Amino acid sequence: MAAELFPAGTMPPAEDILRILPEIILAGTATVLMVMVPLLKNRLSSMYGHISIVAMLAAMAAALYDLNITGLAFSNLLIVDGFAVFFRVLVLAVGVVSVLSSYRFLSRDQVETGEYHALLLFSLSGQCLMVASNSLIMVFIGLEISSIATYILCGYLRDDKRANESALKYFLLGSFATAFFLYGVAIIYGATGSTNILDIHKATTNWTFYTPLTVTHNPPPAMVGIAMALMFVGLAFKISGAPFQIWAPDVYQGAPTPVTAFMSTAPKAAAFAIFIRIFMTAFASQSGTWEPMVWLSALLSMTIGNFAALMQNNVKRMMAYSSIAHAGYVLVALAARSEIGTASAMFYLAAYACMNLGVFAVVVHLSGKGEHHLSLDDFSGLAQRQPVTAGLLTILILSLVGVPLTGGFFGKFYIFKAALQSNLIWLTILGLLNSAVAAYYYLRLVVFMYMREPGEVTRDLQPLPLTLRAALVLPVIGTFALGIFPGALIKFANQSALLIR
Amino acid sequence: MNPLDILLLVPLAGFLLMLVLPKAGTGPIRVFALIISVVAFLMSLGIAIGYKSGVPGQQFVTDLIWIQNPNIHYHVGLDGLSLWLVVLTTFLTPIGILLSWQSVRKDIKPFFALLLLLEFALIGVFSALDLVIYYGFWELTLLPMYLFIGVWGSGSRSAATMKFFLYTFAGSVLMLAGIIFLAGRVGTTNYSAVLDAVNSGKLALSATEELLLFLGFFTAFAIKLALFPLHTWLPSAYASAPAAATMMLAAVMAKMGTYSIMRFCLPLFPSAARRCANFIIVLAIVTILYGALVALVQPNIKRLVAYSSMSHIGFVVLGIFSFTQLGLDGAVYQMLCHGVTTGCLFVLIGFLSHRRPTLDIADYSGVATAAPWFSTAFLIATLASIGLPLLNNFVGEFLILQGAAQAYFPYAVWAALGVILSACYMLWMYQRVFYGESRERLPDMNLREWFCVVPLIAAMFWMGIGTQTFLPVISATNAKLLEQSRANEPFRVQLGTQFGNQELVANGR
Repeated sequence: MAAELFPAGTMPPAEDILRILPEIILAGTATVLMVMVPLLKNRLSSMYGHISIVAMLAAMAAALYDLNITGLAFSNLLIVDGFAVFFRVLVLAVGVVSVLSSYRFLSRDQVETGEYHALLLFSLSGQCLMVASNSLIMVFIGLEISSIATYILCGYLRDDKRANESALKYFLLGSFATAFFLYGVAIIYGATGSTNILDIHKATTNWTFYTPLTVTHNPPPAMVGIAMALMFVGLAFKISGAPFQIWAPDVYQGAPTPVTAFMSTAPKAAAFAIFIRIFMTAFASQSGTWEPMVWLSALLSMTIGNFAALMQNNVKRMMAYSSIAHAGYVLVALAARSEIGTASAMFYLAAYACMNLGVFAVVVHLSGKGEHHLSLDDFSGLAQRQPVTAGLLTILILSLVGVPLTGGFFGKFYIFKAALQSNLIWLTILGLLNSAVAAYYYLRLVVFMYMREPGEVTRDLQPLPLTLRAALVLPVIGTFALGIFPGALIKFANQSALLIR
Repeated sequence: MNPLDILLLVPLAGFLLMLVLPKAGTGPIRVFALIISVVAFLMSLGIAIGYKSGVPGQQFVTDLIWIQNPNIHYHVGLDGLSLWLVVLTTFLTPIGILLSWQSVRKDIKPFFALLLLLEFALIGVFSALDLVIYYGFWELTLLPMYLFIGVWGSGSRSAATMKFFLYTFAGSVLMLAGIIFLAGRVGTTNYSAVLDAVNSGKLALSATEELLLFLGFFTAFAIKLALFPLHTWLPSAYASAPAAATMMLAAVMAKMGTYSIMRFCLPLFPSAARRCANFIIVLAIVTILYGALVALVQPNIKRLVAYSSMSHIGFVVLGIFSFTQLGLDGAVYQMLCHGVTTGCLFVLIGFLSHRRPTLDIADYSGVATAAPWFSTAFLIATLASIGLPLLNNFVGEFLILQGAAQAYFPYAVWAALGVILSACYMLWMYQRVFYGESRERLPDMNLREWFCVVPLIAAMFWMGIGTQTFLPVISATNAKLLEQSRANEPFRVQLGTQFGNQELVANGR
């Protein structure tokens, strides 16, 4: 077989294999899990979770090992650099915490299957591929692997009406958005004769330098502009940036909570990664053209997200709007169009993953069988019943608000510093005022936890199971680590941001 | 490790220990908190004694690099401006603990733990010399206060605490924007480095930039000290908060605003500060008169003192923006006096509300007959508050009015009206509550309450008579501050008397 696929002398070198090892591990384990399901029935149901965690940790180790052998792979289709490693590790860490918070949900609703974990692994492998791709075709493949698995996960509770609505909505709109992206890829291929990100960078940067076989003229600016706009639409959908955010609240609310936690962090981080790679590399020279687009989208996302979240009573819906707002903050970093902007976006996504996952772990804990308890009222008096849980959740909420000593503070600090250095003064002021608005709805959760008498949900609350405890404590540790010692991560982010070209 | 670091560490360690320690009975928790706060107070006294008077710069400095990028230092130190405010904080915390001894009935452990956290944050605010660290402490003070009002408060506490938090948070994000801007321009948030960059002209801000930065910082501080149009959070927060929290809010947290104006706004943005001085003075005078007039018609004792507190803080702002040595000295002195006097009033009101659930003036009459010692203590605090000579507020307000008169005489006249009004509303309230027919039996002060009040009254007398304990330290720092706030000012020539108050700006063109 190998001989047919790779004619003599073209067998990929071992380094190339190593550079794609995380994806191999993830996809391989997922396939094995799928095979195990019919063989084992449901005898070892929680075993599937253990296996997928081990696979994710192994993939993480492989991703970290790749730091030693950075470079291009598979005829420049993939690029493994610090940036890719950063996002691979980030999405894998998100995966681990999501699995940890899934145990309780799966056993409670009696839906433990291997498919769930296999789909999660497939989704992760797509994201790992995406963040390391150097070709728009690979981006598309990664995006599809990741998205299709996520669509199914949204509708994982087959008999639940909301879950079905969520999955269908996500699928229809998602496919539509991906088509936009693909159309953009086609146009840029027509304009430059390549789908390779580095080649497009050369073609659009030095208009006279690049003359591939098929294209003897310079890429027409209008076509490049149209391609950028179309790709922006596709990617903005994936990151739920305004004005393409309409799907997010319904989808987030309908999906099972651990899936919502996963969906609002990992695929989003991966989509941002590729957003940054395409716009900061391929279209770096066109930044003057796309900056207004990103600027406007950032402002709209922050404002729409925060103001809509003010009116929500359902915690998952509120977190969905908050996630739109946070996408807006990251877009501010992109609008800065600089390496420090890129680095700050990386830092923010890591910090955001921590705080979001932790909050959703508590939501999983409280929501109960069938996830009926999701309103703010259900948090009433949590502090009296489970002070430690309430305390940890408060820390995460303070991080979302952006209070010092938490990762959220430095995330905002770096982003707005980058924005100010790029003279985005109004965006900074409006963004920071937005974070004051956000304080209101986040703190409402604290008000309910601390200042209300326990309601029926909190009164009969079981203690946190071990796995959920881990899913809550790990993000809190991460939040503090990023808030007290942000230096190491921002240094790494700065280095990798410099190198993506 | 210098004494200041240890002083910061003591309440923090106390807070953490209380969180970790198992659920003890109420007794040990209160005693533990009291011991920690008294130790902190004694340490701060030691620092005050060890402070070299007459030296204007920072003392007890620790400067360590915390984060390389952006360059953030753990930098703390004390000078004449902050020294006494730190002492004030540590002085009032044990009193707050004694005050809450019995009046706090639910969730005792978190309450006392949060009091220690608040003490830690306040000492931090007054001693931090790095902008990010300072901002961190500034925000940290919000958290305990937010919970005090929301969990232990009375009345419409949720609404009050939300309003309080959002107001102050909205202000501080504007300050954060300023800090981030400075960090980007200077490359560090270490305050001494930023100040050097401003003074040496290395950080050249355009007039608009300077004005915007000044306004960003100033808005945050003005909200905190409740300057006139930004004061609307104050009455509900003060009225809803539990006694100890109101006391800390009025006595110490309001000073965070005035202190920060002197620490950051004046030296960093001197020309913008001078450009805005007249507008701000007008706002300060409006605050004084508005606070006094509203206090006059308040039916509730706590709200009355809340508005009176706001009115008195207006004097501090007036003193600062008079840009005279006397005004600045008076402003710092008034901060301390206001802390002691208003603190004492709120302590006494706390006693009253512990005895009876209501604080409406109409519900009281003839308290002096029932509880004579309590009434005497209240009278002394009232007299101090209205500026009776020999008591503390007189010194502060006199200095401020003198400074204001030097700057522009009508300012002093308008502000002095506030002094007169304060006598009206305080004495009228005293008459209605304490004199008249005694309707109900009220127990007089017990030993614990004496322990709260006597130090405060002693401090009032001492600050009224022994001003030389405090003023030399304050003056030395203020002289330097005044010098710094001239740094970027265009060279001014004062012409002869025939031109009156006109100044000619001779900037070389």
